[in-house]
Amino acid sequence: MKRVLEGSHSVAEAVRLAKAEVIAAYPITPQTHIVERLSDFCADGSLNARYLRVESEHSAMAALIGASSAGVRTFTATSSQGLALMHEVLHWASGARLPIVLAEVNRALAPGWNIWTDQTDSLAQRDTGWIQLYCETGQEVLDTTLQAFRLAENVSLPVMVVLDAFYLSHTYEPVDVPDQEQVDRFLPPFTPRFMLDTERPCAFNQMAPPDVYMEMRRSIQEGMEEALGRFAEMEDEFKKIFGRSYGAVEPIACEDAEIILVTSGTMSSTCRQLVKELRSRGEKVGILKIKLFRPFPAESIRRRLKTARKAAVIDRNFSFGSGGIFAGEVKAALCDIPERPVVFSFIAGLGGRDVTVGDLENIYMQTKNHDVPQQESIWTGLRPASAPAPDLKR
Amino acid sequence: MQPEVPDRDYMFPGHVGCPGCGAAIAMRFLLKALGEKTVMVIPACCWSIIAGAYPQSALKIPVLHTAFETGGAVASGVRAALDMKGDTETTVVTWAGDGGTFDIGFQALSGAVERNEDFLYVCYDNEAYMNTGIQRSSSTPYGAWTTTTPGRDWKKMRKKNIVEALVAHRIPYAATASIAFPEDLFRKVAKAKAIKGARFIHIFASCPTGWRIPSEISVKIARMAVQTNIFPLYEVEDGLRYTINFFPKGYLVKEYFRLQGRFKHLTEKDLDQIQSMVEEDWKLLLRKAGLS
Ligand SMILES: Cc1ncc(C[n+]2csc(CCOP(=O)(O)OP(=O)(O)O)c2C)c(N)n1
Ligand code: SF4
Ligand SMILES: [Mg+2]
Repeated sequence: MKRVLEGSHSVAEAVRLAKAEVIAAYPITPQTHIVERLSDFCADGSLNARYLRVESEHSAMAALIGASSAGVRTFTATSSQGLALMHEVLHWASGARLPIVLAEVNRALAPGWNIWTDQTDSLAQRDTGWIQLYCETGQEVLDTTLQAFRLAENVSLPVMVVLDAFYLSHTYEPVDVPDQEQVDRFLPPFTPRFMLDTERPCAFNQMAPPDVYMEMRRSIQEGMEEALGRFAEMEDEFKKIFGRSYGAVEPIACEDAEIILVTSGTMSSTCRQLVKELRSRGEKVGILKIKLFRPFPAESIRRRLKTARKAAVIDRNFSFGSGGIFAGEVKAALCDIPERPVVFSFIAGLGGRDVTVGDLENIYMQTKNHDVPQQESIWTGLRPASAPAPDLKR
Repeated sequence: MQPEVPDRDYMFPGHVGCPGCGAAIAMRFLLKALGEKTVMVIPACCWSIIAGAYPQSALKIPVLHTAFETGGAVASGVRAALDMKGDTETTVVTWAGDGGTFDIGFQALSGAVERNEDFLYVCYDNEAYMNTGIQRSSSTPYGAWTTTTPGRDWKKMRKKNIVEALVAHRIPYAATASIAFPEDLFRKVAKAKAIKGARFIHIFASCPTGWRIPSEISVKIARMAVQTNIFPLYEVEDGLRYTINFFPKGYLVKEYFRLQGRFKHLTEKDLDQIQSMVEEDWKLLLRKAGLS
């Protein structure tokens, strides 16, 4: 049924349809609407789950580690400082091979306090062993949350569904909310391979000396590798039931494109607008939207980018001392092939600064007008150093 | 009347604790009282090692090893999951050291107790971070040497009173227990097991390695801690009703301190001061129990 839903509520609807059994969460803007709506569902009985109102994000993830180890479907949501606080236990969740699903609303990290969108919080967790899926629209948010449970349970790894603060979390869009019967067909009840069981007592997560630890780490990587194939298979199944699919990466007008803009999240929508305009003026431009960030779909990215002359990766994030994080990953994926595009790395929209069609057109023109990038990372939309900070008292 | 402690053990003899480890003795008696319908959560502590490395385990019950500060939270999640599966019979127990309880895990414990999660939290107290090599914790007593309170920097702060902190949460059941009083320990665990909601047991568990005592006096030292009123045995129900379980004859703390290497630097004057601190604490407890 089509409904007009806020992005946050799309997440909550999917969690209800997925019949999560234990939810533990702690409030932080701009994630709160997700957990408030889930509280409503638990209170009015439309979701039969235990909801733990824990005293921190660290405890939220820890509680889900306990619940998931006992063999039930689990969910939490967080953002920014909350995700950073969880860091230690994010590693724990993947190391313990627990299919926990987390909705992460991209928000800038302090200081200074900034509640607006920025991907550095989730990307800083890239080495924690979590699958990461970035979303562009309200529909994609709902669908991806459903997909996340299935993927997580297929490969025994936790999944992070990532959405932009406000542009997605607080924006209302028409969203097709599927029937319970359809969802049940797509997502069978969770049957854990191992769990805490007094009939079959086992020790979990115990000491692992050097002679066994490395194999355990290797098996996490095997899970990640398996997730690439499972993602495609899962999307095929999803498409059969719901008629929609997204792809680990989505190429838009890439076939004959000389310049490809590489994006993720809601900025992809602005790029779509720009590409429509540029194409009508005869420019050979396309977009490669990256949805799956971990495991990184390097092969698909190579396949889509190798025929272009240039790629402009636009990062709403930054790794200090290095550069845009998607750009770094894309360059690494391309470096082994002989015929590859020149990669330009642009930094835009940190801390929720608006990135307009005009800004993206500038990025496109800079890429077009230079044979090689002028800098390792090109920061766009910066106020000139001489310009005073805006007067907030006005 | 003290109960019969059953012969059946839920711990294998092949654990890797030091000889005379009070924490190993405490676990043995705890499990005798809890039985096999128990799921245990162990945050980082000596017991992360004592329980054995992959693929072996010294315990006959399911164990979930977890991060250091998560004892209260992980157990809350296990409980929630078991409840969702309709299993209200299994006891969920967190087993943590003093560091994991008084310090880094206090927030998660306080949260779980405030929510009145249906679980038992047991702290085995060896009065320092032993796993990492005898560093001070907020449970380390006044006067003690540790590797982070060496020489004349011996600890000059009181031991935190964890039971009173939890009593302030109006926890349904809180008790102290000692490895030197196994029947009392067994009875308290059995009693806690039957209560719904959050329960806390604080077990005094001597540590020969960290306290610089011979392993064969481990239990004797624990007994002396009770006999000197340094570690009184008592219970508190609903955060209100105090019951003192043992009234010592008033041994002097000196005798307890003199046997332990960790206190060997203390002067007569220091020991006199500690004696008066212990007496003050005991009087306060008597008042709470309505006995003075
Ligand atoms: C976040 C974090 N900080 C530090 C450690 C290192 N660490 C492991 S066990 C431990 C001390 C445990 O002390 P306690 O809880 O008293 O248990 P004990 O070792 O004395 O039995 C420390 C500091 C850790 N595992 N995790
Ligand atoms: S250091 Fe102390 S608590 Fe740890 S195993 Fe040895 S005796 Fe037991
Ligand atoms: Mg300790």
